[in-house]
This record gives sequence, C-alpha cells and structure tokens, in this order.
Amino acid sequence: MSFDLLLGAVVAGILLGGFYAAVTVGVSISFGMLDIVNIAHPAFIILGSYIAYIVNSRLGIDPILASVIVAPAFYALGAAVYQVYHVVFERRGDEALRGLAFFFGLLFITEVALILVFGVDYRFVEARYISTTLHLGPIDLPLRMLVPFVCSMALLAALQLFLSGTFIGRAIMAVSQDRLALQLMSANPARIKRIAFALSIASAGIAGAFLIIIQPVEPSIGRDYIGRVFAICVLGGLGSFPGMLTAALLLGVVESLTATFYGPSWSPAVAFGFLLLTLAFRPSGIMGR
Amino acid sequence: MRMRTGTFWIVAIIVGAIVAGLSVLVPNQYYFFAGYRVLQYVVLATAWNILGGYTGYVNFGTAAFFALGAYSTVVLYKLFPLPIPALVLVGGIVSGVVGFGMGYLTLRLRGAFFSIATLALAVVVQTLITNWDYVGGSRGAYIIRPAQVPLLGSYVEYLFFLMLALAVIAVGIARSIEPSRLGYGFAAIRDDEQAAEAAGVPTLRLKLVATTLSGVLMGMAGAPYPYYVTYIDPASGFDLAYAVNSIAMPLIGGMQSWIGPVVGAVFLGTIQQLATVTISSALNLLIVGVLLVAFVIIAPNGIVGLVETWLRPRRRWRR
Amino acid sequence: MLGRPSGAMRAKAIACAVAAMLLSMSVWPAARAAEPIRIGFGMALTGGLAGNGKAALIAMQIWAEEVNAKGGLLGRPVQLVYYDDQTNPATVPGIYTKLLDIDKVDLVVSGYGTNLQAPAMPIIMQHGMAFVGLFGLAVNDQFHYDRFFQIQPNGPDAKYSTVQGFLEAAMTAKPTPKTLAILGADAEYPKVATEGAREVAKKFGLKIVYDRSYPPSTVDFTPIVRAIQAANPDIVYVASYPPDSAGMVRAANEVGLKTTVFGGGMIGLQFAALKQQLGPMLNGIICYDLYAPEPTMNFPGIREFLTTYQPRAAKEGADSLGFYLPPFAYAAMQILGQAVETTKGLDQKKIAEYIHQTTFKTVVGDVKFAANGEWAEPRIIFVQYRGITGNDIAQFKKPGTQVVVYPGEYKSGEVQSPYSDIKH
Repeated sequence: MSFDLLLGAVVAGILLGGFYAAVTVGVSISFGMLDIVNIAHPAFIILGSYIAYIVNSRLGIDPILASVIVAPAFYALGAAVYQVYHVVFERRGDEALRGLAFFFGLLFITEVALILVFGVDYRFVEARYISTTLHLGPIDLPLRMLVPFVCSMALLAALQLFLSGTFIGRAIMAVSQDRLALQLMSANPARIKRIAFALSIASAGIAGAFLIIIQPVEPSIGRDYIGRVFAICVLGGLGSFPGMLTAALLLGVVESLTATFYGPSWSPAVAFGFLLLTLAFRPSGIMGR
Repeated sequence: MRMRTGTFWIVAIIVGAIVAGLSVLVPNQYYFFAGYRVLQYVVLATAWNILGGYTGYVNFGTAAFFALGAYSTVVLYKLFPLPIPALVLVGGIVSGVVGFGMGYLTLRLRGAFFSIATLALAVVVQTLITNWDYVGGSRGAYIIRPAQVPLLGSYVEYLFFLMLALAVIAVGIARSIEPSRLGYGFAAIRDDEQAAEAAGVPTLRLKLVATTLSGVLMGMAGAPYPYYVTYIDPASGFDLAYAVNSIAMPLIGGMQSWIGPVVGAVFLGTIQQLATVTISSALNLLIVGVLLVAFVIIAPNGIVGLVETWLRPRRRWRR
Repeated sequence: MLGRPSGAMRAKAIACAVAAMLLSMSVWPAARAAEPIRIGFGMALTGGLAGNGKAALIAMQIWAEEVNAKGGLLGRPVQLVYYDDQTNPATVPGIYTKLLDIDKVDLVVSGYGTNLQAPAMPIIMQHGMAFVGLFGLAVNDQFHYDRFFQIQPNGPDAKYSTVQGFLEAAMTAKPTPKTLAILGADAEYPKVATEGAREVAKKFGLKIVYDRSYPPSTVDFTPIVRAIQAANPDIVYVASYPPDSAGMVRAANEVGLKTTVFGGGMIGLQFAALKQQLGPMLNGIICYDLYAPEPTMNFPGIREFLTTYQPRAAKEGADSLGFYLPPFAYAAMQILGQAVETTKGLDQKKIAEYIHQTTFKTVVGDVKFAANGEWAEPRIIFVQYRGITGNDIAQFKKPGTQVVVYPGEYKSGEVQSPYSDIKH
C-alpha cells in the first residue's frame, strides 16, 4: 500500500512538473538566454488562459488547439513588447532595474485589464478529456494532468529542436553568450532577441491553455506562479532546457511527496528553501554550465 | 558637510513639527489613518532604496521584512505587552538579523539572482509564519488596541506620530549615508562591483551593512502595523503590494538620492489613498501599473530627475 | 532641493491639481440627491474576495433601488457610499474613518470576510455605530461589542458551523462510519472549522485517521487524495476555499476516492461557476450551504429577489446563481432598514437594541440574533448533490439537485451513501 502511495505521488509529481516546465520555458528563454527579467510572464500566461477560455466557450474548440491557433497573436504581442523594451531600456543601457519595473507595471496592467473585461469570477474550459482518468494498475493518470503534460513535452521538444536545429535558433543561443561575435556574423542581435522574446510569450499563451485545463482561473492567480517560475528557471541553470525540465520535475515531485507524506502545508517552504540553498551554494543551478 | 547635515535635521524637525501642528488642527481621524499609510511607505521606500538605489541590489522581499516586524509585535503582544516604541526596536532587530542572514547567504549572487533569492526568502518566511500557531498561524491574530493613550488622546494619532518619527529617522539615515564613506562605497558597488572590489572597496562588508540596515528599517515600519489594523494574517502581512510599492516608489521618485523615495512615497502613497476613496474600482490597481510604466519610459530618473532637468536645463547633458 | 521655492511650488501646484481632479470625481454624484440616508461600507471589488464582494454589492444595490422606489426610509432616499477595499485589510481603517468622519454616513455595514471586518471594528466602536457584518467568523469574540451583528447563520459558536450538521448527517449513512479524515486549507476559516471537526468527532466517537492542512497555492490535489485514501476513512471532511474545492472534487473523482461520506465545509461549491464546471462530479458530495431552491426553503421574497439578481449578476460578471452571499447581504439591509423605520430615526443605540430584541422576517427566513451578535440558532444547511448531468447551469435552479439533508426543519431527503457507489 505504502509503495503504491509513493508511486502515485511520484507520478502525480511528474505530471505536475511537466506542466511547470511549460510555464517556465518562456522564462527560460527570456531570462535565461536574453537576460530579460520578465516578471510579467505569469500575467501573459493568464492572458493565454482567458483567450483559450473565450475561444473554447464561444466556438467550442479544444483549449490547447485554440491556444496554438492564437499563438501567432501572442508572438506578435511579444515582439511588440520587446520592441518597446529594446528602444526604451536596452538602448539606454537601463534594463536592469527600470526594465524590471516596466514588467512589474505590465503585470498589473494585464491583471486589471482582465478584471475589467472578464470580471473576477473563476473561469474554466470544457473538453471531453478533462473529467476522464486512465487507470494503469496502481497508477491513475487523470487526463486533466496527462494531456497538458504530454503537450508541454511536445512544446519543449519543438522549442529545443528549433533552438539547436535552425540558424535563428542557434543565433538565439549565441546572443546570450557573445553579442559581438553574433554581430560579426552579420546577425542583428536586436532582431534575434525580438524573435526569441516573441517565442517566449507565444509559449506563455500555450501554457495558459494548460493552466486553465488544470485549474479554474481568475485574473490574479498568476501571482502564485511568479516565485515558482523563477525558482525553476534558476534551479535548472539558466537557459538550459534539460536542466529546467529536471528542476521542474523535481519541484513537482518534491511538492507532491511533501503533500503526501509530511503534510502539504510545508511544501512551499521545502521547494523554496531548496532554491535558497541552491542559490547560496551552487548559484549556477543544479545542472548549470 | 557637518553644517549641511545639521541643517537637514533642523529642516526635518521643522517639517515634522509642521505636519504634527497641522494634524492637531485637523478635526477628524481620517487624515491620521491615511497619513500613517503614506508615512509607512516613506519608511519602506527609503529602506528599500538604501539597498536597491544605493547599491543596485533589487529586493523583492520587502513584504517578508515588513511582516517580520509585524509578527515580532504579535509575539511580544502575547508574551508581555511592551510600549510600541520598544516593539519597534525589537521588530527592527529581528528584521535586521534576518536581513544580515540573507545578505550573508546571498553574498555571491549578483543582479537578478539576488532578487530571486529575496523572493524565495519571502515565501519561506511566509510558510514558517503560516505554520506557526503561536502567532495565529494561518488563522491570523488579533491585536486589540486601546482607544486612548495618555497625553495624545487618540491611539491612532499616537501611531501616526510614531510613524512620523520613524520616517524622519529613516530619511535622516539615508541622507547621512549619501555623502559618507559608506555611501561612496555603495555607489562604487552599484556602478561596477568588480572594479570596486579590485580597488579595495570591502564590497562584502558593505553589502552586509546595506541588507541589515534596510532590513532594520523595514522591520521598524512593520512593527506598529498590527496595532493599526487590529487583525493580521499571513495573506495580508505578506501582501505583494508592499514589495511592489517599495520598488515603485523610489523608481517614480528617483533613486539616486534620499529625497527620491520620499517624493515617490508621498506622491504614489497619496494617490493610492485618494484613489481608494474616490475611483474605488479595479482602476485604482491600474494606477500603480500605468505610473510605473510611464515613469520608467518617460522619466527614468523619476520625479526628482524631472525637476532637476527642469530647473537646470544646461546640466541636462551631465548625467 | 527643499529650499528652491519654484520647484516646490510647481510640485505643489501639480499635486493640488491632481487632488482636485480626484476629489471632484467623488463629489459629483453625491451633491445631487437631497438629504439622503447614507449607508457606508468598504467592499472587496478587486483582489481575492472580489467575486463575493461584487455579488454582495449587487444585492445591496437591488435593496436600495427597491427601497427608494417605495419612497425610501423615513421618507428620505437611501444612498450607498462604498469604496473598494481591494481585499486588503490595510485599506479598511482608512475607508471607515473616511466614511464616518468625512462622508458622515448615517449607517454602516461591513465588507465581506473576517479579515476585512476586524480592522473596522475599533473605529466603529469608537463612533458607537450599529454594525451589521457580512460573513465573518467570530469577529466579535475579540471585541465584545454589543452593537455588532453578523448575518452569516453560523450560530453563536462559529467553530461548529460547517461541522456539526455535516457529521450528524454523515452518521446516518450506511454503513455507520467509524473513522474520519480532516483536511483544511492554511487559512483562517478552514483552521477554525477543522478545530471544530476534531472536537465534534470526539462527541460522535469517530477516530481521526488523517488530519492535515495544505497551502492555498496548491495546484494538484491528487497526492493529497491518495494520502487520504491510504488512511481509508469512512468520512472525509474538507474545509477549503474556492479554487481548492474544485481541485479536491476533481482529484477525488480522478483517484476514485472510496469512502462513505465526502464533503463538509468546501467554500466554492455554492457558486455558479464551480457548480457548472464540476457538474456530475458533485454527485454524492454533502456540503454546507446557505440556501437551496428546495420547496422546504421557500422564504417570502427569496424567489423575487433571485429573479431580479440573476440577470444582473450575469451581466456584471458576478455569481450567476446567487444562492450563497447575495440573499444574506440583502437580508442584512432589510434588517437595518426595518430597524431604522421602526425606531424612527438614526439613533445607533436604539437601532442596536431593536435589532437585538426583534425576530426579523427576511428573504433568508426568520432572523434572530444572540447576545454576541451571531444568529441565535445556527441555520447552516447541508445539501447532497444528486442526479446532476452535464454542465448546464439551469439544472441547479431546480429543486432536487441539491437535496437538503440537514437540519430536520428544512430537510428534503435522506442521505444517500456510500459516496463511492453514487455515479459521478
């Protein structure tokens, strides 16, 4: 019985961790690779949830499919945000603190805009699989968690392939390491960064659909994720997808195990205490370069 | 230098006295409640700026330090009630110790990593408080304030004057740091930490001083809070608004000098107070967001920077 | 910088302009009506409790409109003066002093929730106002204020409000339960409720086999449900807040929780959004509630009120059923209004005394207050969800989907058990 419990907790943790990875992957790009501290990332995720909600409730389209359809819009939004950020902060060499404040401001503006448009009630989506559960021996796999998990793995794989397999992708990886060399290769760093940042926001839109499948959403719920997202990103070592995924799964499993065995009320302290210690003793992350 | 410092204190005391004098004439208590909140933000913004503005280390964990101050009051209230000034002192010490510890733990971290560490600290402290039943835990704790105090009369006025004194002290400390060895050391860290270290500036020790001092002041600002609000639970003690405002206010006011956080706190704090009792809808959350974005884009040096360029157009190019 | 008059004056001029602009917005609507009776309160219109705050506000506005259509109170029109407390207790002292000292309101009621009520208490007490609280938990235990009233029907001891009835109903289940699991969120209400559960469990001789709390930011509840299942309890009592309640119900379905009785004090299941979302997953759950459209609960005026409320709430994005908070917010205003009318004035002492003495006929039934300002008798009901199919919200407006199983007075059916055998 106890072994089943352990197994169940680990499986649930992995499913949860996969979702965390999808939420974090955008920050891994913007913060890890581009050094842009986009603290408003969770707000874009919530925005994605609401878009998925509208499309789903009006047209009855599957929320994840809907989020993929509107991903180009999020891409454009990200490109626009980056353009402002670039012109106003990066060119002035001002990005560290004021850039941060800029994103803080965006976080609030997005939240209030959502409150004004949708009100404060919880919103949710409908899809056939949300209330179905697979049973494999002692393991239950709720599709509500499994579908986002599988899709976020696909999202991660696609982004990884893009980054390592295309010229622009490799340029994005390069921009974080050596701007000058990139310029010498006649690539415009601002353009590369714009593409990368736009991608990160597009990923937020898709992660938003996962979120609203997993739990009902209201505008200020994104704040819960700010800490988690940056914690995972740093734990995984900046800009490394495998590291980030490992950290996300680890956090998911740790949360799930603490919840099962020690009482869930301690799980944030365990997760963030772990982060603090990692930062103090191994700042490059658990799988850092 | 000494003369100017003397002048500052005189001006500060006069300003304090004028505010105090005006408040005697004010017939109703609302202004004390509202004023308390604004002054509390003056202290928090000034404290934040000692670390964030002077050394360039962004602290996301203001709420944790504030709440530590508030919760030390709760603990003492249950153990043996002390007069509030003593509580303020204890709150300051507790937060200062944690500030020191945090500084020590995160010495090696630069830039955004430090910020994330402070964020993590806030979560850890909040979880600890939530699970600590003695201080009410997640259930919250009541602090019943007496309606009257000797001499001053209303208890709220007492709290107000206490916060006013704290504000004057905090601003005074920030002001006196600026032209001192400490201040120059902070500025060196902000401008180029590696260069400063190479030039023999004891960066580690200075950063510890900054985190501790900043923590002490934030804790002091938090200590009277339970008496102000009478009921405190982790959700409200660790409200994200404290972290946001303590960053937004120095940014909007101007981070380069002590006056910036004061201007920012008075400006933004007053607008928030006014908005709460006027617009009173989701729109007043928008104010912080829009002001923040507008200021960092249009006036990167804050209100103080704007005023300076306005007054001295020829010096614009110097910055 | 301080010494430069030009800069300081400019700054001051700007500040004055801003202040004047903001002030003018507030003064405009107020200046019109002639000598209205002003009722002041802070309400959560943004932040975590905004969903309830908004619903309550709509109910109070409906009351004010209806009263004004009938000529007002004491022949004077009624005006609501309210500010958004942002679900932030720190704003509350300022709001109530503004209401009392500057707006000079004639009557006050509270915002929604304990932590937005408590900070107002010292100020209310200083002004000697009668104060009708909107859903707080034992606030007056701390203050002992004899002009305080609380409209949530917890009864004199709030600790047992969502526990006593639940366990009493649960004990009628077959086979008779022997063990109990307790789960609560790390927050004020669940803490109090789980404490009550431990005490009541003793009375019924139930053995507690699981007793834990979880942090409000929990995303996935399946590990928790598995841990509960591992303890194999006959009754699962949960005290939780809205998003978590949904998470728990889902997780219980996904894991296939096997137990005799499941439910208790889950806040959120009362709201349209969650009912609609969870749909058939609710079947079999026994949860506390305040009103259900059962024939046993047909209080005078409640149907009419809901008919007015529901379309308005749907339009403004608030709870579209309105079974939980809105009728009580409306009832609180009814009580206050009746007190003003009968005492023929705004003397707070007389109003408070009258409220203490009287049994009020309201849309939520007869209301009588105990000495500490809570309802003299608890009037929490427990409903069991039955026969819910699909996610259509209209089915919840019909009797039979939420069967009242406790208390006897309003009972419309027996407890069906065990939970595991009911089709979800």
